[in-house]
Amino acid sequence: MALIETRDLRRVYELDAARVVALDAVSLDIDKGDFVAVMGPSGSGKSTFMNLIGCLDKPTGGHYRLAGTAVESLDADGLARLRNREIGFVFQQFNLLPRTDALGNVELPMIYAGCDRRTRRDRALHALGRVGLAERAHHRPMQLSGGQQQRVAIARALVNSPSLLLADEPTGALDSRTASEIMALFQELNREGVTIVLVTHDAEVGRHARRLVRFRDGSVIEDHRQSPVDASALAREAAE
Amino acid sequence: MRLVEAIRSALSAILANALRSLLTMLGIVIGVAAVIAMVAIGSGARNLVDQQIRSLGANLAIVTPGNVTQGGARLGAGAASSLTDEDAEAIRREVDGVVAAAPFVQGGTQVVAGGSNWGTRIYGIDLDWFSAREWDVATGRTFDPEEVRRGDIVILLGQTVARNLFGEDDPIDQIVRVRNVPFRVIGVMAPKGQSAFGQDQDDAVFVPLDAGRRRVIGRNYAKDGSVGSIFVKFAHESDIQPGIETMTELLRQRHRIVAEHEDDFSIRNLTEIANTASASANTLSMLLAAVAAVSLLVGGIGIMNIMLVSVTERTREIGLRLAVGARPRDILSQFLIEATTLSTIGGALGIGLGVGAAYLVAQLAGWPSLVSTNATLIAVGFSALVGIFFGFYPAQRAAKLDPIEALRRE
Repeated sequence: MALIETRDLRRVYELDAARVVALDAVSLDIDKGDFVAVMGPSGSGKSTFMNLIGCLDKPTGGHYRLAGTAVESLDADGLARLRNREIGFVFQQFNLLPRTDALGNVELPMIYAGCDRRTRRDRALHALGRVGLAERAHHRPMQLSGGQQQRVAIARALVNSPSLLLADEPTGALDSRTASEIMALFQELNREGVTIVLVTHDAEVGRHARRLVRFRDGSVIEDHRQSPVDASALAREAAE
Repeated sequence: MRLVEAIRSALSAILANALRSLLTMLGIVIGVAAVIAMVAIGSGARNLVDQQIRSLGANLAIVTPGNVTQGGARLGAGAASSLTDEDAEAIRREVDGVVAAAPFVQGGTQVVAGGSNWGTRIYGIDLDWFSAREWDVATGRTFDPEEVRRGDIVILLGQTVARNLFGEDDPIDQIVRVRNVPFRVIGVMAPKGQSAFGQDQDDAVFVPLDAGRRRVIGRNYAKDGSVGSIFVKFAHESDIQPGIETMTELLRQRHRIVAEHEDDFSIRNLTEIANTASASANTLSMLLAAVAAVSLLVGGIGIMNIMLVSVTERTREIGLRLAVGARPRDILSQFLIEATTLSTIGGALGIGLGVGAAYLVAQLAGWPSLVSTNATLIAVGFSALVGIFFGFYPAQRAAKLDPIEALRRE
């Protein structure tokens, strides 16, 4: 059984008199352990698709199962619980709490999962270790570089051991060398078994994935597997 | 999210904007301080009135002479000296519920003791005075019945007079001169304090009724046994009103006033006057508390305003919290707790300020300081409620945010 199963997924926005079909009957399966790049120009429906599979939005029609749960039947609290347990988000703008240190930021999803303090601390430190920032646990976002901030955000996304890591233009605010380092981290996590769906309009970024899905006008126009470019090699080149 | 963590996170959000939070709290601080101080001041004033009422003596009525017409000119109240010892005796004997009827005469005089002298009021009284006014001696003794009957030249000093004439010395058995008559001091009255009309009741001396009439106070009291006024004390408050009606009837008969003529005396229910004063003090303190409550309300609106600003500023934070798994009710309680923490801290600061202000006013006005525990608890509870009430709308707005919109907001 695939981790993500969408069948005829539709999302229609009613704007005043106009009806905008943002997503038109998308049926897609994503397997556990895959690394998928979702690409397309702006307005293609890729963001709508990401919001739907991220359980931030509800479809107008069709079906969506995430890890066996029928998402379209959930209420707001059910969606929140699913986001908390099954999905880790990584955003272009990092979205860290500015007044909270790295550790506190990583702990945030566990607060809503109801973990006790000790568990939160241990798991947050472990997650920071995974992204190579164990020694920066008590730095505030402002004291960290852009790449480090994104690593904190990735640690936050991983901390509840979700079945899906959902990244929206994660390298959009970073220079190319830092971007390569972040992509290398994604590839490493994927090798460790984390399922990743990465939304981007950048073809270079998309080349790091193992599967590429391209959207246009609300539909999938291309879906194929590819041999991914090794980001850690790129990062080493850039460093030299 | 657990409550302790929620409060900790609320505190850190409050501290992040320390100045703004402080200014927001100021409304609540002032509101709570005002409630506590105003209630304290109001009940201080009421207590003062109560004290003065008690100092007058409970369940008391006073009979004063009425006006008199001389050759077509109507002289004012008290001009007549129409009341007599016998009137007092008759009241004591014939009116139900009367426990004391104290006739007295009074006047102003200079009292001389050795080298010093003091201007004061002098009262000629009989033994009923002490029970009617609920007033006894502090040192020495009161008059004995024989001294009153004979009109002996013995005298009781009020505290103020004793202090001014004798200082620290014991005035008992000393001689003071009033209008050149040498009176022997037999006692000093217990302190009584201010009357409801602001008069120092301890600034007075007391002599037997006949001694006062014959030797000290002029007019023509002496020749017909007439007195200035009569204090009438009743056993119960409910006795007063029927007692006044009986007395009116009795005195009209005794003074032989025919049906169509006016009374030549008047009777006032002092307890009623005192109750009125007490009631108006009550009204005053209610009014003060109401004004203070309004300021608490204004403080609450300040909190609502700043919480709305805070929700707008932290839209992205809310979006993120929703994305990582916060339920709408988690966001609601986060902002509610923040508003309540803000207003409760304000309330706590307000208690300090209010207690201080009440104490200061009490010191300056010389009133008993009365910070009421109830008012304090109510003010703090109310300030927390203000936080919840005025925090609810902003918190609900935060909870209703769409995570996608919130994350997109700059």
